Amino acid sequence: MARYHFRLPDVGEGVTEAEIVAWHVKPGDAIREDQNLADVMTDKATVEMTSPVDGTVVAVNGEIGAMIPVGSVLVELEVEGEGNAGAEVAAAPAATPAPSAPPPPEPRDSGGGGVSAAAAQPSVASSSPAPTPRAPARVDIPVGRNEIFAAPATRRRAYELGIPLQFVPGTGPGGRILPSDLDDFIAAGGMARAPGGLAPRMGGEDVKIVGLRRRIAEKMQEAKRRIPHIAYVEEVDVTQIEALRAEMNARAAEGSPRLTMLPFLVKALVRALPDFPQVNSRFDDDHDVLHMSEAVHVGIATQTPAGLMVPVVRHAEALTLAEIAREIARLAAAARDGTAKREELSGSTITITSLGPLGGIATTPIINHPEVAIIGPNRIVEKPVVQGQFVSVRKVMNISSSFDHRIVDGYDAARFIQALRRLIEHPALIFMGEGE
Amino acid sequence: MTGKPLKPKVLVVGAGPGGYVAAIRAGQLGLETVIVEGDRPGGTCLTRGCIPSKAIIHAAGVYEETAKAAGEGGYLGIRLESAPRLDLAETASWKDGIVDRLSGGVSALLRKAQVTQISGWAAFSDAKTCTVETGEGIVKIEPEHVILATGSAPVELPALPFSDARILSSTEALDMKALPGSLAVVGAGYIGLELGIAFAKMGVHVALVEAAERILPLYDEALTRPVRDWLLAHDVELHLQARAMGLSAKGLDIETAQGDRFTLPAEKILVTIGRRPATEGWGLENMAIEMDGRFIKVDERCATSTRNVWAIGDVTGEPMLAHRASAQGEMVAEIIAGRRRRFDPAAIPAICFTEPEIVSVGLDRPGEGHVTGQFPFMANGRALSMDAGAGFVRTIADRNSGRILGIQGVGRHISELAGEFVALIEMGATLEDVAGIIHAHPTLGEAFHESALKALGHAIHI
Repeated sequence: MARYHFRLPDVGEGVTEAEIVAWHVKPGDAIREDQNLADVMTDKATVEMTSPVDGTVVAVNGEIGAMIPVGSVLVELEVEGEGNAGAEVAAAPAATPAPSAPPPPEPRDSGGGGVSAAAAQPSVASSSPAPTPRAPARVDIPVGRNEIFAAPATRRRAYELGIPLQFVPGTGPGGRILPSDLDDFIAAGGMARAPGGLAPRMGGEDVKIVGLRRRIAEKMQEAKRRIPHIAYVEEVDVTQIEALRAEMNARAAEGSPRLTMLPFLVKALVRALPDFPQVNSRFDDDHDVLHMSEAVHVGIATQTPAGLMVPVVRHAEALTLAEIAREIARLAAAARDGTAKREELSGSTITITSLGPLGGIATTPIINHPEVAIIGPNRIVEKPVVQGQFVSVRKVMNISSSFDHRIVDGYDAARFIQALRRLIEHPALIFMGEGE
Repeated sequence: MTGKPLKPKVLVVGAGPGGYVAAIRAGQLGLETVIVEGDRPGGTCLTRGCIPSKAIIHAAGVYEETAKAAGEGGYLGIRLESAPRLDLAETASWKDGIVDRLSGGVSALLRKAQVTQISGWAAFSDAKTCTVETGEGIVKIEPEHVILATGSAPVELPALPFSDARILSSTEALDMKALPGSLAVVGAGYIGLELGIAFAKMGVHVALVEAAERILPLYDEALTRPVRDWLLAHDVELHLQARAMGLSAKGLDIETAQGDRFTLPAEKILVTIGRRPATEGWGLENMAIEMDGRFIKVDERCATSTRNVWAIGDVTGEPMLAHRASAQGEMVAEIIAGRRRRFDPAAIPAICFTEPEIVSVGLDRPGEGHVTGQFPFMANGRALSMDAGAGFVRTIADRNSGRILGIQGVGRHISELAGEFVALIEMGATLEDVAGIIHAHPTLGEAFHESALKALGHAIHI
């Protein structure tokens, strides 16, 4: 018998760490080769970690939500024959599966014990769970106790006014909420509502932000922090392109996909971008290098049950309209059911974010860092439009867009969107003169 | 009397410390209020609990000290030539005088608050219809609001029924007209200990039988140790981890933890194994009210599951304490009057009038992240000058904020410190606050001051 250390493998280009999102084994489990040990998540994709050997799990390292570096030991196994663990590990005392399970939940003092009559209740504090190793004592005042950290008259007044005291900062000794703290809170507009009337909703829920949501949060924060966004919104007449789309859908060939506005927009981008190479790029601002791309890899922002994902239509310039439509549908489905591969979720050079009928009249989209532009078509509406002497009903859509103002000047941003507008308003221009 | 039904705004059922306070407050607030009570006003607390037991305990203490003075060597230099004589019937009538005075006082206060008092037992046919059989006939009451304050009653052991003349509940024990030669007390909770100790002081041979492994099992052991020491020093028999099996001609049959059975000689047997909520015999089952185990289920406003039916006091659960019931009663009256209130005490003080007394307020034993300061009465001048050196005061606070979470003490006369303890916890005091409060010298309160200083690491007198 020997030890085998399963280390977090290199799960993708440039990935240095991954987040554990699920454990499928626990210490003591006998496992087979190719059995799933854990799911880890990188920037974009969730990857299953499968065991390369048969063996028994001795230890799993890291709790769900933990970020672990590539190369660190994820699972320790006991295997027949030779292991891969070094001598220092082979000398480890455990010959049988060691009970090195993830640490048990931390015991918490019951807050209730502090606020009720001693005589009336059996010991709360004395029945504490078995001691477990934990960090040095840290006082964790439960909300209930915090809320009560005010004199009775203050508590009563707050309750009458419908103010949950846990939101009132206490300035007294030890954080006590003084009558004046309550006055200040009310004066600052913190008062929940007028006295009487409907009951306030109390409580709430704390949710640990992990997995994709954490990824989204980090990504958005990074983009907003690093990139000075400039937003630009233009109105586009889509009557013609909508007529074309309707016509193509009405006489679709067998097996060809139903066309939405998106593939047309991708096509228009492909057509417009060569004149604006800085817009189709990735900005490595750590090294002050702009990687302009001839290929057009279009990210398509996609809502999935887990949250926002951005699968990528690669080499859109080499795809026909139908192929683009098919690829968008395939990628969206893969993103939604969690089977999208990492390569399918990275490498875009420009991104489209569309909420379709929910698109509103304008948005200020956040750039998909390290790209420099994002295009957000809004809702299509029918509007009276003045054309010469006539007013006619036209289908009109706004295009909202954001650009990295470090790279794209306002002038160029405007010219690019105007070029896009010209193509969309005169869809023949998108398709004529290919290879021109 | 078979007139029209009464239709008051508020009907209070039970005139104990919960009900009568609710009724007085409702009256003060201008609500038309009716209170129904089959017994005298005052409830268990006033007529057969807190107050009469304190009177008996006080008399027992005086007797004990006098007897000491008559004993060999005297007491504090006082010598009596002959032993004192205790006439329990006279003591009981003195006690009854106190009860009469207080019960009459409650009645007068209710009148002053314009509350209609109806004497008789209430019976509900539904949540809003109550009939009372009074001496003058049946009264029907159809109130808008009902406050249930029916209280609790002693729990009986099947093998030791209160119907047997030798078996006493606390009620009968407080009404004895002559001392028994020996008394077995089943249940060493606070009621059993208070009465057992009082009778021991009066010269009765007392044996305590407790199923748990120590007396006052709900209290921290450190707090109960001085009481146990007193019992051992005064020849009170302690049978722990023992069970009362039944009655025999000579006394009480018990079984020890080892399985040994024997008879404790006892003229009388006092059963104090707890109290049960009074939920039977008045139509609760007709009111469609949700229960919480044996108790009526209430929310933080003391509202039951039926609209405009409220319940307060012992019938709603632990702690079964008069002051909790009173606070709830006051609150419910104010809610009915349209005020916005809830029951959210930071602490409810609990006291055992044992020898020595025990007080516990708030968190009753230290946990992680807490700091503790304890100060013995042996180092307190006032305690020594009252021959009350046994015991200590202990303060528990949050280590980081210094906020006081609990205060306990054991010692003679310490019950009177309960007010300061609970006030400080309710006001959110910290150890530094207590350190900065000048405590009068010489008083027992100085021991508490010192316990806070001790928790801060700089007690002066220890």
